[in-house]
Amino acid sequence: MRIGVPRESKPGETRAAATPKTVEQIKKLGYDVLVETGAGVASSFDDDAFRAAGAEVVGDEVWDADIIFKINAPNEAELACLHAGQTVASLLAPALAPDLVDALAARGVTALAMDAVPRISRAQSLDVLSSMANIAGYRAVIEAANEFGSLFTGQVTAAGKVPPAKVLVVGAGVAGLAAIGTASSLGAIVRAFDARSEVGEQVESMGAEFLRIDVEDTGPSATGYATETTEDFNAKAAAMYAEQAKDVDIIVTTALIPGRPAPRLITEEMVASMKNGSVVVDMAASNGGNVAGSVADEKVVTDNGVTILGYTDLPGRLPTQASQLFGTNLVNLLKLMTPEKDGQLVLDLDDAVQRGMTVVREGEVLWPPPPVQVSAAPAAAPAAAVEPKPVKVKNPWRKFYFVGAGAAAFLALAPFMPDSLLRSLTVFGLAIVIGYYVIGNVHHALHTPLLSETNAISGVIVVGALLQLGTESTLITVLAFVGVLIASINVFGGFLVTHRMLNMFRKA
Amino acid sequence: MELTTPTLVTAAYLVTALLFILAFANLNKHETAKHGNYFGIAGITVAILSTFGLAVTNDGWNVMLFIIPAMLVGALIGTRVALRVEMTGMPELIAMLHSFVGLAAVLVAYNSFIETETDPEVKAAFEAAGTAGIHNGEVFLGVFIGAVTLTGSIVAYLKLSARLKSAPLVLPFRHWLNLAAVLVSLGLMVWFVVDPNIIPLAAMTVIALAFGWHLVAAIGGGDMPVVISMLNSYSGWAAAATGFLLNNDLLIVAGALVGSAGAYLSYVMCVGMNRSFISVILGGFGTDGEISGEAKDYGEHREINAEGVAELLSEASSVVITPGYGMAVAQAQYPVAELTRRLRENGTEVRFGIHPVAGRLPGHMNVLLAEAKVPYDVVLEMDEINDDFPDTDVVLVIGANDTVNPAAIDEPGSPIEGMPVLHVWEAKDVIVFKRSMATGYAGVQNPLFFRENTQMLFGDAKERVDDIVAALPAKVSA
Repeated sequence: MRIGVPRESKPGETRAAATPKTVEQIKKLGYDVLVETGAGVASSFDDDAFRAAGAEVVGDEVWDADIIFKINAPNEAELACLHAGQTVASLLAPALAPDLVDALAARGVTALAMDAVPRISRAQSLDVLSSMANIAGYRAVIEAANEFGSLFTGQVTAAGKVPPAKVLVVGAGVAGLAAIGTASSLGAIVRAFDARSEVGEQVESMGAEFLRIDVEDTGPSATGYATETTEDFNAKAAAMYAEQAKDVDIIVTTALIPGRPAPRLITEEMVASMKNGSVVVDMAASNGGNVAGSVADEKVVTDNGVTILGYTDLPGRLPTQASQLFGTNLVNLLKLMTPEKDGQLVLDLDDAVQRGMTVVREGEVLWPPPPVQVSAAPAAAPAAAVEPKPVKVKNPWRKFYFVGAGAAAFLALAPFMPDSLLRSLTVFGLAIVIGYYVIGNVHHALHTPLLSETNAISGVIVVGALLQLGTESTLITVLAFVGVLIASINVFGGFLVTHRMLNMFRKA
Repeated sequence: MELTTPTLVTAAYLVTALLFILAFANLNKHETAKHGNYFGIAGITVAILSTFGLAVTNDGWNVMLFIIPAMLVGALIGTRVALRVEMTGMPELIAMLHSFVGLAAVLVAYNSFIETETDPEVKAAFEAAGTAGIHNGEVFLGVFIGAVTLTGSIVAYLKLSARLKSAPLVLPFRHWLNLAAVLVSLGLMVWFVVDPNIIPLAAMTVIALAFGWHLVAAIGGGDMPVVISMLNSYSGWAAAATGFLLNNDLLIVAGALVGSAGAYLSYVMCVGMNRSFISVILGGFGTDGEISGEAKDYGEHREINAEGVAELLSEASSVVITPGYGMAVAQAQYPVAELTRRLRENGTEVRFGIHPVAGRLPGHMNVLLAEAKVPYDVVLEMDEINDDFPDTDVVLVIGANDTVNPAAIDEPGSPIEGMPVLHVWEAKDVIVFKRSMATGYAGVQNPLFFRENTQMLFGDAKERVDDIVAALPAKVSA
């Protein structure tokens, strides 16, 4: 089958749905690739590079391909180029654009929404939302640094001390974590907040301080009143934002809920309280924005000198990298849908990932998909179902009972034992205790040398056999001879091999 | 008291016993471990030389005609084996040495029995002291423990050297068979104590040999660290039993030291696998019931190539390597050491995380890494390193599987539930070296392979590590 990669028609779009590298990977799966001339210009891939990778560079014939890979959803002119039986994979935002879904169905195509991949681990490799959010988070910090009039990193120079910039990242999803990582690698002091307190660990692992708000004192009335908790939570979060706004130099907000207006987190008063020269990046500007006063795709400077960036094309500002990642997501989709690696696309609607992405199949609208089954996310469900095992509480007196019983049994038997046995038992008992305490401290790395050393020492049994050699009985002598021989193997072999091993252990 | 050879020997034996204790005490730490070995050698030299003296005093110089060839041949064989053994072959060697102790104990006990029965003087002496019955009991125990150690160790040796299938042998009613063996032996012991003759002793020997064989045959290859330390313990008890029947304090002390050393190691290994100590001592603990290999859908794994790993490594600032038995099988310790050296030269922090039961012998991985000249202070125990994984950039899992399985923690009902494991998945990136997607020894699928931050590197561990080392320099110098 042939895969077509048209040039993106959306104004300002810099990305391409394929790169020379992904073309090579697609060809390995058995497909032919058609690339529209100039498709990669904005992302620094020229036609020759695509040709060198094995693609055919064509004009409008790209729309004749069996499968169309795009970044953006097809516009009206592009829809007209589609024909029945074709498969289209791109961003579709099916939840927001029911008209588009109907139009696709009317053309009789199969449409796969790259932005509707179920959020399960196995589907991570084709999730463009994650891969784009990752680079958008990076770029958000770079944009902020570009507008910010000072260094991010603190320095002590001959010309005076430079304080480090303070960055607040709101929302610790993929984009937020990428922003945290970028800002802290630039040397800034980074703080982050997320309503899900469980991501605190991830935030800290990226080098930021996780801001926590204390919502425990909502009291018992909170049970059953989720909204009330939320209100209380929101009020406390707002107070925290207000406090942070006065302190930090940069704020990056990433609170974006797909298909819903973005929550307003940073109010006008908070922006007004920020220092002159501060920068706010609102990564949710396309859906209304987290920050009061942000305008989608615009840079706004407030009266008190705070720059608010509302760029919605952050991934597109890294076109080469974005194309590569988007393209790789598409390759991973192909891998999933080409089980035989023979260049034949197979749509398996029993697979939760493919089912979730399929918006239209040959003209039949399949949106919205059924919720993803829990079985795809193991561990979580069974863990909740199994009750915790009761912890065995050991009776602290148990060892006294044991010792007492042992001592009593021994005392009862002792009168019937001859002296020699009693004496041997004394030695035996004391040696066991000494052995336990002496060996209990052995370093784990020395367990093998300990084993071979004990082997050599067990060879002391040779002493017993030696004394039996001198008897008149031939049988005893022969048996003792064998005993001495093999015990000697232990003695010599054991000590020597221990020595060899210990010689190997060396300190750095 | 008059200074006679026997009193001198008794004093020498006491000195030996103390030297043995010093030997073990010094083996605790790397710094003093070599001194420990020297103390051990000194101890055994004192013991053997003084025993020569006693033997010559008792039986005349002629006895040396037997002693010298026997010890010379033994010393030659022992030296040869010790110098030739590969460090990956340590488990087999140690299993073999255990069987020798078992065999020696059986021979010495039989000899003591024959001597008592054929030499009327000796028999009269025991009867006069009223300890004939006790002596018979000691002989019987010595043979029993020695025989179990002998065949158990042979089976362990055969399994470790892959001459016997490492899968557990599951006979019907195996626990009843074991119980029957012990009960019949007890019955024979009563018979033997009352009427010492060869029939009950020989019958018990056969039963004990079969019992030892079955005990270890029922245990699978993955449990070998426990088996080896358990047999080590048995060999100690065998030596101690010989000490009882010969009335020799040195053997009792040495046997008890070795016995408790082995028991302690078995205990450590059991804790490492979350198994009950009692069920191990009783044997046949490898597979209680069928393993429910539920086919769970964990999704798909991702692959990476050697160049990709080299790139990850050259960018990482801290790397942890968790080796397992697979590293020993592939003989990958040298390339791994080379990789470690290169990364450390590059300023990367490289450490090793060793699970207590990694490999087929307690401390097996440590010996292999030491052989390849990995400095021991970067080789850490599970508990020392587990908290550091969240701050680690890359973890290389080389030939380990069950010891890094997150199912042990978050999947109740999993056959390995509750076993302490290395928390490798908390690191930023995990690379798993594996020959295929097959399950580990426990037959449990490993959800680690399907985690988002895990990538699989398939193929022979040694070759793959070599590839990574080859791919490194360009990246590092760039």
